Amino acid sequence: MARQRLSYAGVAVAVPVTVPYVRYSTHSAHWFIGHAIDALVKASGVGKDQIDGLCLSSFSLAPDTAVGVTQHMGLSPRWLDHVPTGGASGVMCLRRAARAVQSGDADVVACVAADTNHIDSFRQTLGSFSNFARDATYPYGSGGPNSIFAFITANYMRSFGAKREDFGRIAVDQRSNALKNPNAMFKKPLTLDEYMAARPISDPIHLFDCVMPCAGAEAFLVMSQERARELGLPHAVIRGAIERHNAYSEDPVMVLGGWRVDRDDLYAQAGVRSADIDFVQTYDDYPVIAMMQFEDLGFCEKGEGPAFVRSHSLTCDGSFPSNTSGGQLSAGQAGAAGGFLGMTETLRQLTDTAGSRAVAHAHLGLVAGFGMVTYDRCLCTGAVILGRPA
Amino acid sequence: MTMPMMHPKRKNPVLRTQQMNLPPGARGRVALGITTAAAEGRFELQTCADCGAVQYPPRETCHKCLSPRLNWREQGGEGLLLGSTTLHHSNDLFFRERLPWQLGLVHLDAGPTVMVHLHGEVGAAPARVRVGARLDRAGQAVLIGFPNEGSAHMADDKMLREMTSDPKFRKVLVTDGKTEVGQAIVRALVKAGADIVWVGHAEPWKKMGGLDDISALPQVTLVPLDLTNGRSVTELAGAIGGKVDIVINNAEVHRNFGIASRRGTDVAKAEMDINYFGLLRLAQEFGPALKGRSADGATNATAWVNLLSIYALSNFPPHGTFSASKAAAHSLAQCLRAEMRPAGIRVINLFPGPIDDEWNQQMPPPKLAPATLASAIVKALRDGVEDIYPGDVAEEWLERWRDNPKVLERELAHGGG
Repeated sequence: MARQRLSYAGVAVAVPVTVPYVRYSTHSAHWFIGHAIDALVKASGVGKDQIDGLCLSSFSLAPDTAVGVTQHMGLSPRWLDHVPTGGASGVMCLRRAARAVQSGDADVVACVAADTNHIDSFRQTLGSFSNFARDATYPYGSGGPNSIFAFITANYMRSFGAKREDFGRIAVDQRSNALKNPNAMFKKPLTLDEYMAARPISDPIHLFDCVMPCAGAEAFLVMSQERARELGLPHAVIRGAIERHNAYSEDPVMVLGGWRVDRDDLYAQAGVRSADIDFVQTYDDYPVIAMMQFEDLGFCEKGEGPAFVRSHSLTCDGSFPSNTSGGQLSAGQAGAAGGFLGMTETLRQLTDTAGSRAVAHAHLGLVAGFGMVTYDRCLCTGAVILGRPA
Repeated sequence: MTMPMMHPKRKNPVLRTQQMNLPPGARGRVALGITTAAAEGRFELQTCADCGAVQYPPRETCHKCLSPRLNWREQGGEGLLLGSTTLHHSNDLFFRERLPWQLGLVHLDAGPTVMVHLHGEVGAAPARVRVGARLDRAGQAVLIGFPNEGSAHMADDKMLREMTSDPKFRKVLVTDGKTEVGQAIVRALVKAGADIVWVGHAEPWKKMGGLDDISALPQVTLVPLDLTNGRSVTELAGAIGGKVDIVINNAEVHRNFGIASRRGTDVAKAEMDINYFGLLRLAQEFGPALKGRSADGATNATAWVNLLSIYALSNFPPHGTFSASKAAAHSLAQCLRAEMRPAGIRVINLFPGPIDDEWNQQMPPPKLAPATLASAIVKALRDGVEDIYPGDVAEEWLERWRDNPKVLERELAHGGG
């Protein structure tokens, strides 16, 4: 057993910010980052020059990195990180920022994920996403992650008897959550019949199993609880956090996610059981991955995902509130900001700013991340349990 | 079962000829190892020299033991299909124009999981399949999941036909029908289902045996073609250039001289004039025509075949000037390949050992029978490879050349053919 890790006690996570999503933008990622940081400053009362840590995640900054962003925005942080883990970057930025604050390397860290989306930029991103994608997946039909997740979904359906309707429940419930989220891209209700009748993209993946690429940003601040109290900022605290890369690499096709390796550690850090969690924000690039998170994070056993979604409703007022913002399936996927979506939504739930999406008596929220399909699966998994301050 | 391909309808001359959009052709340097093997018809993966792990996608280091000693090893390709999907949407124009498109995920018995283009005869997962490598229209290696036992018409699979240059229903130009090799090629093409075979003959007043036999075949049309004469090449290209799907350039002059065995340059010039400049003239006239029709329906322009020689790799002094002309032709063929690849036309180079003809009369056996060479060409077209070395001598010389070209040069200098 590894030695006892330092707890995340004393760290505050605050000021959830969303720069509203648009399908396409002529602006660069910097525009969205600038708006996000401006919103953080205005909402927190922390001056721009008091932000002494920056943790950034973006796919569309090239050739810049977080370094160029400091000059672009006129920031002079004493701590800087650029986290390339995409859909897992929310959890991973938080972990890094929290340690920087605890160690005194930074006082106030802005965690920002932002991406732009130009006409045709999605196609160009796919072809050059990774060495392995360029060599071993993109030349095969160029469907992007759709075809990879079609294999994973098909294999899961065959192995555990999942039906398309089971995935449809996830999409439909998340859509009803999204209708209460003013920032969500999708504004129309979705019925199970409409889900089932959608056109095939890469079967068994159909239209409503896919996220819509868009432009936008999500951001939050990390600082000491002491500082947050001084500033009068409502905040959440970190009860536990895990990350893992390239887990179960010997499995010929993804069935288990890396969360499974570390979940006992996660709940032990928090001193809670999965049953104590009030709501869950999964990383929902495809419904099958959301279902796998229900299993691998311990809400049901492997293979019980279909039965689990049949016996629970995932709406904000349901028996298992999940992706209360609508998730990426209904709010949109603004590149790396998709990896922050669950984090900002959880902060809103725990600071009572979720409006009509508020989950009743929500004290503990779990946010999971999943990122970077370099070849045949996403490599990065992470999760964090956030709670209300004592 | 693959439905046998039906003879395509005549092209509607009013419609615009479809233009080529190549599939994604970018690969890292390491990944080109798969292309290198696929260009010769083999499926190879990286194998660790230290721990034996087989890995994919290709890497710079062994993912098991971190050894940098990675060798390319031929694979049987047997594996289990874990999942398949039919793509109805693609971000790339090549596939978008060819949807729906089948893909599979295969767990190779050798270890790695690979994504493949899936042959239409492969059943639902889980199913045993055999993975092989082919060159796609961009000239880059891709992996294909084949059924364990294919049906008679499996070559007609729509996806597979995109990767290969099957002569079936295609129109072919063979540049010299007066040699035994040329006639064997014509017969093999007709047998393979070619629609039309245009057969070049220079100096038609010289009656050579065998021409009457092949010109009696209904698919065959004799056409005047003299590769030493630019106007002759231009005129033929004007007449049939826009219809030819496959060019097979087998015209050659072969004499048995080194440097000291004959004074003057007349023979060397004659060899160069056909073997090198003939290819240049032909490529300048027919190359652009082929490139313009590389996406023209089910019988698109697809391939260019050069009859080179294994002597192109290393000079065989008793046939010294011939070797030099074939080395020049080889170099030009590389240029042609580089210029044709962006259009999706495959350039296939043949490097045969001594062919059993009058100019190799004094070479000891084994010698390559013209019919064997001809079937090797048809197989190369069907397999979609780039380089073939037909015959025992060619294979052996290639092995020696790859092992150590300097040693081979010494051996050949001492008559060690």
